[in-house]
Amino acid sequence: MSTIPGKTIAEKIFSAHSGTDAYAGDIVVADVDFVMGQDGTTPLAIRALENMGVDRVFDPAKVAVVMDHSSPSPIEGVSALHTMMREFGKKTGAKVYDVGCGVCHQLIPEAGHVVPGDLMVGCDSHTCTYGAVNVFSTGVGSTDGAAAMASGKLWFKVPDTMKVTYSGELQPGVFSKDLILALAGAIGVDGATYMALEFHGPVVDALSVDARMTISNMAIEVGAKAGLMRADATTLTWYEGRGSRAPQPVDPDADAVYAEEITLDASAIGPQIAKPHAVGNVSAIEEVAGTPIAQGFIGTCTNGRLEDLGIAAAILRGRHVHPDVRLIVAPASKQIFLDAMEVGYIRDLVEAGAVLVAPGCGPCVGTHNGVPSDGENVISTANRNFKGRMGNSNAFIYLGSPATVAASCVEGVITDPRKYFTGEGA
Amino acid sequence: MAITAKAFKYGDDINTDYIISGKYKFKSADMEAMAVHAMEDLDPHYYEKVKPSGGFLVAGSNFGMGSSREQAPLVLIHANTRAVLAKTFARIFYRNAINTGLPVVECDTDLIDDGDELELDLAAGVLRDVTKGIEIPFAPLPPVMAQLLADGGLVEHFKKHGGFAVS
Repeated sequence: MSTIPGKTIAEKIFSAHSGTDAYAGDIVVADVDFVMGQDGTTPLAIRALENMGVDRVFDPAKVAVVMDHSSPSPIEGVSALHTMMREFGKKTGAKVYDVGCGVCHQLIPEAGHVVPGDLMVGCDSHTCTYGAVNVFSTGVGSTDGAAAMASGKLWFKVPDTMKVTYSGELQPGVFSKDLILALAGAIGVDGATYMALEFHGPVVDALSVDARMTISNMAIEVGAKAGLMRADATTLTWYEGRGSRAPQPVDPDADAVYAEEITLDASAIGPQIAKPHAVGNVSAIEEVAGTPIAQGFIGTCTNGRLEDLGIAAAILRGRHVHPDVRLIVAPASKQIFLDAMEVGYIRDLVEAGAVLVAPGCGPCVGTHNGVPSDGENVISTANRNFKGRMGNSNAFIYLGSPATVAASCVEGVITDPRKYFTGEGA
Repeated sequence: MAITAKAFKYGDDINTDYIISGKYKFKSADMEAMAVHAMEDLDPHYYEKVKPSGGFLVAGSNFGMGSSREQAPLVLIHANTRAVLAKTFARIFYRNAINTGLPVVECDTDLIDDGDELELDLAAGVLRDVTKGIEIPFAPLPPVMAQLLADGGLVEHFKKHGGFAVS
């Protein structure tokens, strides 16, 4: 019998990328497979590279910069930052995703820049999204990003892992967004600080890659460094014709040591809402149903994927957005936009009164595309509801699934979407 | 060298959107101009209170939760914040602070009240609440971070060693 302790997904990926036998708590310098920056963070990374005296990137095929947070530019200052990014791309050969391509966290996996088993860093906190496809991906600041762009390496503390198991099965009208909000409600916004999360269980196994990304995307909202999942048949099918390299799936050992374990019964989880102004301020939808809303938003790196648009379109098809409500939709990428047109979702949404904005972060981060007015309530599929997040600190942001947002936009008040999935639609 | 300044105290879970709102972060790369908006949604007067003679930002747990924006520690530095003292920090902010040269100290901030005069000697590992006449213990930086700080931050570390030289 072996006495060598088993490893988590995080410990295995860090071992493979650092050439060490790494366990939680170890400090390693590891090779990264990809580095990404967006328009809010890349300019500072470019400046840090200049200050380091570095005028190239370690491998142009492994670096991308994305204009998504404030894109197309709403103001001269942003235009100048975008110009800086385009020039950086020309100079270094790094891939540039210009305005309208989409949200970085959709583009990086969609383009196959990362594959299962990879280690990557991005200058954006929601880089944890690709944990859904078995990539240890984590958000870093611009200076760390610059160091990784320059050297292809970064130092890491190998994190402890919290094992999260979703048992039971999802009920109709309940989605992966509700699963991750339920976790945030259960453990709080610092419940997993510095840990990696590993998501397991039959509920996760049954989810599509789109739905899994919603869960991993919000790992940072409980303080986690990564939100990892196994690469299974669903993942590998999704990667057919997509990856730039062959996937190297990493499973945890059966005897891996977890710092904490938590099991949530999905059968008992209904639609969840994160109330203003904290993601951990979660309650069952029954508690807030009836709250009037002025704006809805469907999109973001959390819930702007094809499946999300399809869920919203299914509710809005043949119905209309309430006259007192504005509904803004931002597909997470140009490809999703095209796919959603192809299958008719875009027509359904626009005919129902939705306003389409360019693929990208849309109004999530408060720079453009739908800043709410004083005192207004917004219901959004995004991942953050901090005060001022959408550009007005006197507005109130509620977070929910695409189904909850679509149903709420039809009725003008926060609405339990389950009736639309059980044949009792309004 | 010891830093002496007043404590400006806030609560738990101060997120990076409060430290610098996204609506400002994209306007330019001019941190001096952005710094006037530091902490604005939580305390509209932070900049004018702290800028003239410096201050310690004192908070509860999970300081700096949220986004990866390095503008967060940078605007605090430009607003003349001498260090952030909190019970715990969010991971990305903590790294960013070290990388940009903003001292971060994990300690029991319940012992400190708003307006207290504090004295911090990072090298000696001593934090004093001068108003209360007490010494507050704090954990030293992890060795890798101490090494980066000793080199003057990550950029200087890279210039000096041509890459990562941490152990």
